[in-house]
Amino acid sequence: MSKLAIEIQGLRKTFGRQVVLDGIDLNVETGTVFALLGPNGAGKTTLINLLTTLVVPDAGIVKVAGHDVVKEKKEVKRSISLTGQFAAVDEVLTAEENLRMISRLSGLSASESRSRAAELLRRFDLADSAKKKVKTFSGGMRRRLDLANSLVADRPILFLDEPTTGLDTVSRRTLWDMILELKQQGITIFLTTQYLEEADQLADRIAVISEGRVVADGTPEELKARVGGEVLEVRGTGDVVLESIPIDGSVRDVSRIINELSARYPSDTRIAIRKPSMDDVFVSLTAKPKEEIA
Amino acid sequence: MRNSLSGSVSVFTSQSVFIGRSMRHSLRNVDALIMAIVLPIMLMLMFTYIFGGAIDPTGDYVNYVVPGIILLTAGYGSASTAVDVNQDMTGGIIDRFRTMPIASHGVVIGHIVSSLARNLLATGIVILVAMLVGFRPSAGLMDWIFALAIIALFILALTWLFAGIGLVASSPAAASGYGFILLFLPYLSSAFVPTETMPSWLHGVANHQPITPIIETIRGLLTGTPIGNDAWIAVGWCLLILAVAFAWSVRSFRRLAGRR
Repeated sequence: MSKLAIEIQGLRKTFGRQVVLDGIDLNVETGTVFALLGPNGAGKTTLINLLTTLVVPDAGIVKVAGHDVVKEKKEVKRSISLTGQFAAVDEVLTAEENLRMISRLSGLSASESRSRAAELLRRFDLADSAKKKVKTFSGGMRRRLDLANSLVADRPILFLDEPTTGLDTVSRRTLWDMILELKQQGITIFLTTQYLEEADQLADRIAVISEGRVVADGTPEELKARVGGEVLEVRGTGDVVLESIPIDGSVRDVSRIINELSARYPSDTRIAIRKPSMDDVFVSLTAKPKEEIA
Repeated sequence: MRNSLSGSVSVFTSQSVFIGRSMRHSLRNVDALIMAIVLPIMLMLMFTYIFGGAIDPTGDYVNYVVPGIILLTAGYGSASTAVDVNQDMTGGIIDRFRTMPIASHGVVIGHIVSSLARNLLATGIVILVAMLVGFRPSAGLMDWIFALAIIALFILALTWLFAGIGLVASSPAAASGYGFILLFLPYLSSAFVPTETMPSWLHGVANHQPITPIIETIRGLLTGTPIGNDAWIAVGWCLLILAVAFAWSVRSFRRLAGRR
C-alpha cells in the first residue's frame, strides 16, 4: 500500500439542491488515526459513505488504499471495513451467529468461522453473552460486537462513524482503548466524532468540518493552539455573559484581570472560568463574525 | 487464515449464508409464523361454519372456499417479507453488507427464498386442516403437482412484490401498511363467492384482477371445476407481476446508495 491510505481531492457531493460536501481535500497516512470532527449535519457521515463506496461523488478524486472508489469499488471493499453510526448487527441472531455470518461472508470456511468468532468474542469481552440474542444487548455491547464484526476480515483500513455517540463514560473509555489497540496493530483508522475530547484522545490528525468544508486540519496540539485556552466570563443578571476574556490560567493573569474588572463592575458580579467548548472551536475556526456583546 | 480471507467469496457461498440467515429469522419470529398459519385457518373455519351455510346451503362450500384460503395464506405469509426487507434496509446492517466484497443484493433474495419455504409450509398445513373439516379434493397426482406449481409461482411473485415494497418504504411500519392494501384483493375476487353474485359494476374488476384466474385454476385442478383459459391467464399474471417486481426491486436496490 502507498504511504497514503486515503487521498481526497476536490470532493463535492450534493443531494438535490443541498450541497453537503463543498470541495474537500484531505490525506490520511497509512497506520495513523484520523478524526473528522464536526457538528451534526456537517457532512461527516456523507464523507464516510463516499469513502466506503456507499455513495458516489459528484466531482473530485477519492482514493482508498490507492484505489479509486468509483472505478475500483471491489478493490476498495477488499481493503476496508465500516462500523456505521447505527450498530450494523443482526438483532435476531446471537452474538456468535453474527460473527460467524460475517466470517462466512468474508470467505472463511465453517470451521474457521467458528474459531474466528470465538477469538473475537473473547477479545471484545463478549464470550459470556455469545449465545444471547443481540436484541437483549446494551448499547456498549452492540458497539463492541459491531467493531468485532468489522475486524473479522483483517482489513487494513477501518472506518468508524461516531463510534461512541450515545454511550456512557465507561463504555466510551473501553471503546477508546480498543481503538488505540487497533492503531498499535498498524490499522489505519478514520473516525468521525462530535466530541473534541474524543478526537484529542485518539487521533494523530484532526480535520474540522463545517457546512461541507474543512475549516481546520492539523495535529490535536495545533488545533488546540488555534482554538485558544481558557476564558474568564463575566455574568450579569439571568446568567447572561457580559464579557469573555481569554486567560493563560496563571494566578498573575487572572488576578490582573479581576483587578481590572472590579473597577468596572459592582462587587457582586459573578465570574466563571471556562474551558473551550465545541462551540468555541466552531466559532473560532469557522471565523464567522462574532456577535458584539459589550 | 489470511489466504482464505483475501480470496473472493462466491455468490453461491454468500447466497447460502443469506438464505440461512433469513430462515433463522423466520423460525425465530414465532408470532409471525403462527399468525401466517392460524389466521387463514380461522378464516377458513369462519367461512365454512359461520357463513358457509348461508352462502351454499348444500354444505359443499368448503370445497369452494379452500382454494381461496390457500391464496390468502400465501398473501398473509409473504406480506411480512416487506417488513423483513425494510428492517434490513433502514437499519445499519445493509451498509456493512454493501461495503463487503460480496453480492449484497443476496440479502433480499435470502428473504424471498425464506418466504417461499415458509409459505409452502403454511399452505401444506392449511390444506391438511381443510381436509379435516371436510375438504374433498378430486385431484390426481398431476393435478396436485400443477396446483402446487401455480401456488409456488404465485407466492414467489407476491413475495417479490412485497420485497420491492420493503425496499422503497421509509420504515418497517410503512412497509407493513402498504402491504396491507394488497391483502384486500382476494375479497374482490372469486375466492369466497362467485363473481356473478357481485354487483355488475364490480364484475370488471373482480374478473380481470389477477387473483380470480389464479383461484379458478387452483379450484379447477383440485376440485374438477372447468378451468378454460384461466390457467394461461393465471401463469401470465404471475409472470407479469414477477417481472415487474423484479425490475422494480433491482432498480430500488441500486438507488438506495444515492438516497443518503
